[in-house]
Amino acid sequence: MSTDVHNIPINPNEKSHIDVDSVTIRFAGDSGDGMQITGTQFTDAAAVFGNDLATMPDFPAEIRAPAGTVAGVSAYQIHFSSEDIKTPGDDLNVLVAMNAAALKANIGDLEEGGILLIDEAGFTEKDFEKAEMKSNPLEDGSLNGYRVIKANITELTMNAVKETGLKGKSAELCKNFFTLGIMYWLYDRPLNHTLKWLDEKYGPKTKYKDKPEIAESNKKALTSGYNFADTVELFTSHYRVKKAALPKGKYRKISGNEATVFGLLTASQKSGRQLFYGSYPITPASDILHGLSKHKNFGVITFQAEDEIAAIASAIGSAYAGGLGVTATSGPGICLKLEAMGLGVMTELPLIIIDVQRGGPSTGLPTKTEQSDLLMVMFGRSGDSPLPVLAARSPSDCFNMAVEAARIALKYMTPVVLLTDGYIANGSEPWLIPDHTAIPEMKTNLVTSNGEEAFQAYARDPVTNARKWAIPGTPGLEHRIGGLEKARNTGAVAYDPENHQGMTNERHAKIAGIANDIPLAEVMGHKDGDALVVSWGGTFGTVSTAVEECNKAGMKLGHVHLQYLNPLPRNLAELLTGAERVIVPELNMGQLRMLLGGTFGIQIQGINQVRGKPFKVSYLASELHRILETQK
Amino acid sequence: MTTTTAEPLTRKDFASPTAIRWCPGCGDYSILTTMQGILPTLGIPKENFVFVSGIGCSSRFPYYMNTYGFHTIHGRAPAVSTGVKLTNPNLQVWVITGDGDALSIGGNHFIHALRRNMDVKIILFNNRIYGLTKGQYSPTSGVGTVSPSTPYGSVDLPLSPISMALGAEAGFVARTSDNDVKHMGEVFAAAAAYKGAALVEVLQNCVIFADKIHDPYVGRTTRNDTLLYLKHGEPLRYGKELEKGLVLDKMTMKTKVNPAEGETIVHDEKDASGALGFYLSRLSHPEFPVPVGVFRNVERPSYITAMRGQIDTAQAKNPPSLDKLFNSGSTWTVD
Repeated sequence: MSTDVHNIPINPNEKSHIDVDSVTIRFAGDSGDGMQITGTQFTDAAAVFGNDLATMPDFPAEIRAPAGTVAGVSAYQIHFSSEDIKTPGDDLNVLVAMNAAALKANIGDLEEGGILLIDEAGFTEKDFEKAEMKSNPLEDGSLNGYRVIKANITELTMNAVKETGLKGKSAELCKNFFTLGIMYWLYDRPLNHTLKWLDEKYGPKTKYKDKPEIAESNKKALTSGYNFADTVELFTSHYRVKKAALPKGKYRKISGNEATVFGLLTASQKSGRQLFYGSYPITPASDILHGLSKHKNFGVITFQAEDEIAAIASAIGSAYAGGLGVTATSGPGICLKLEAMGLGVMTELPLIIIDVQRGGPSTGLPTKTEQSDLLMVMFGRSGDSPLPVLAARSPSDCFNMAVEAARIALKYMTPVVLLTDGYIANGSEPWLIPDHTAIPEMKTNLVTSNGEEAFQAYARDPVTNARKWAIPGTPGLEHRIGGLEKARNTGAVAYDPENHQGMTNERHAKIAGIANDIPLAEVMGHKDGDALVVSWGGTFGTVSTAVEECNKAGMKLGHVHLQYLNPLPRNLAELLTGAERVIVPELNMGQLRMLLGGTFGIQIQGINQVRGKPFKVSYLASELHRILETQK
Repeated sequence: MTTTTAEPLTRKDFASPTAIRWCPGCGDYSILTTMQGILPTLGIPKENFVFVSGIGCSSRFPYYMNTYGFHTIHGRAPAVSTGVKLTNPNLQVWVITGDGDALSIGGNHFIHALRRNMDVKIILFNNRIYGLTKGQYSPTSGVGTVSPSTPYGSVDLPLSPISMALGAEAGFVARTSDNDVKHMGEVFAAAAAYKGAALVEVLQNCVIFADKIHDPYVGRTTRNDTLLYLKHGEPLRYGKELEKGLVLDKMTMKTKVNPAEGETIVHDEKDASGALGFYLSRLSHPEFPVPVGVFRNVERPSYITAMRGQIDTAQAKNPPSLDKLFNSGSTWTVD
């Protein structure tokens, strides 16, 4: 539990250090105000300092929505702590609002008595008009419940950077670093990390070498903000969040999309297969394309295709030719790839399809998170078309699950879907850097010769049911595959009824058999409690935190978190049918609930929310209370 | 590509044991045997050929070739073949497609494979009809085509695959017909020799749903007067005695009997502007002879070479290391 940082008496004469366990800050401003950079810098500083942390960027779908409007507000939330944390935090301890619209869009999440840092320059009549606010919140009493710190940050910044020669809009743009300086003072953070970063980004060795004033002015803004907070006594105390007692080892900060990139590169190295990434730009998956494109030294082929269909089709072509074929997209892109996914199932080629889920249907909420593609990837193809479905549970877990998706695809000769979501893809957390030599090499079904026997493209391995992977260029193994039904063993085209039933059974058995090769479901909390909470994918942090809190408060809940949706862990039937009651919280209207209900024939209570945001721990806890109260 | 040192390959080596299921009399047969005859002459080991197709009658082609083959989904063969070729540039990749597959459902992939100069050879069987779905009109059917989906005649305007390919910046564009196997073989060999994306339109007869659709110009008895055989560096002349020539009247191409010495346009498949090739692609029967042969054959930068170059440079500078990757950026240690 976090200490309430705000129940601390204000003593204007003394600046002291106050220790707190954890803090949640949200930086909010206009899309052009640099809030994502500010948040990322604060996060990096917290990470390097040794805090545990979780972050949640929240930005609009439009690159530059009209300045000053609520639609154009961009925000970055960080929860950092001296303890082990799994969520970006519920209520904010601190809200930074660079303009009226940012205040309007975010004030609802600020805790009572929370710190509200405001740039007065963004609170003029014009700003109220653009934000469609009827009165000035700084004067109308609506902010009485908060500790409001006002400063004309824009003007202070302009004055601070004047000597560097930067003027006008360019000078004003440094205000995010001035703000960051204030926050560094408040949380007693050294400036060196960000100063170094500014040099690396804009310094003499970069493309900005002819504009030294850019690095200079931003550095100046940062230190001026820090000194300003120190001298004018904006705050009475520094707050200190000590290092977290994380497991020993070397760490770095990682986002879900970065972790996915690392996982794919690792899988390529461990399997000895060239990574082929076919992709079409789409939010929030594009960063995987950007990330992989930087790592050509790993031999990765990144192919920006003409559309989503070509993206997966090229990955299938690569898989046919012996590459580790991967495509990634979000929900609307999956809609376009489904037919090709079916081709992957029919031709039994190793392929990874990553869905960074976002709010739907249709274009939906491009930059907001959701878990509503589960049933689409499970069933959204013609015919009976089973394939494994995995889901990462946190930003760093995207690494593990990307490696796992490749292992399964290569071992079982099948397309594999990996579900992540906008929240864990863009969110970040500390990652204990693994020993890469401890990650096992991956086996493939590559075949280079069939001796004297005629090659049979669909002859199966007796254990895994995988077919052989004979790639073009291999003498003597020439064969044809395609989307038409295959004759058993030979892989020739076959339409007869017995064969179709047999091949359908074989495809099902192959995927179902993977259950013997994945971990059992584990119950956290109470094994024989009053209810079993079952979650999946990116909600792990919030659900496990909520269950822990409920149990601390005297409830008796068990918690199972699923990273494997197809096949399901083989002990899940026993756990679910033996449970007093089953509750499934998910960020959709009940997709896992339907899947488990249909599979096991049990009654399930859902907690469902589609607000474009992760669950709040407090909301989950109160829902769990309510369900157990009303259903006694 | 390495030259095979084993026994020379023959046509028979490329015939698969699969029974052929095209309709008797289908134009596809001659295309198949022509292909099987050309491949042994290319000096490429059999295992390095890959045939990728989409959906339609023509797309059954790979099953009948004793090579690696992939019968994919409707319209997507150029995209699948792109992944094949990028992953293993040593392969010679052929795409087999039709007018519906390439120009309708797969129009986007067709355009972009050519635009990128992806080194695959696209053979487009143009029979101006949907055969496998039983006879609906296609993107190359003429206005007024009566078909099951257009009982009152099609009102859809057709397009030219050649014009489309040239518009997509293709470096090698050619046309041939299914009833002239010698010409077809020469065109296939030229496409195979071209370094980059090649498009060959084959005027192909569908004996069931659009029989004799190309006959007015490809018919054996009349084609001297109705086809124009394009030959690089030679005048654009046709007719039994080559007595007719294409001449320019200001900016307009015209046909002229017994043109004066030097008056006939000389074919230039290397024309950098592509304008001559495009103009030729606009000529249609009966106002003009239908050009067959190579419209355009110019060198273009290779996607694969450039892409591989970037990878090689990156690897030489910074060999892959997971250790370095994991430890890149800011790190910290918890003791």
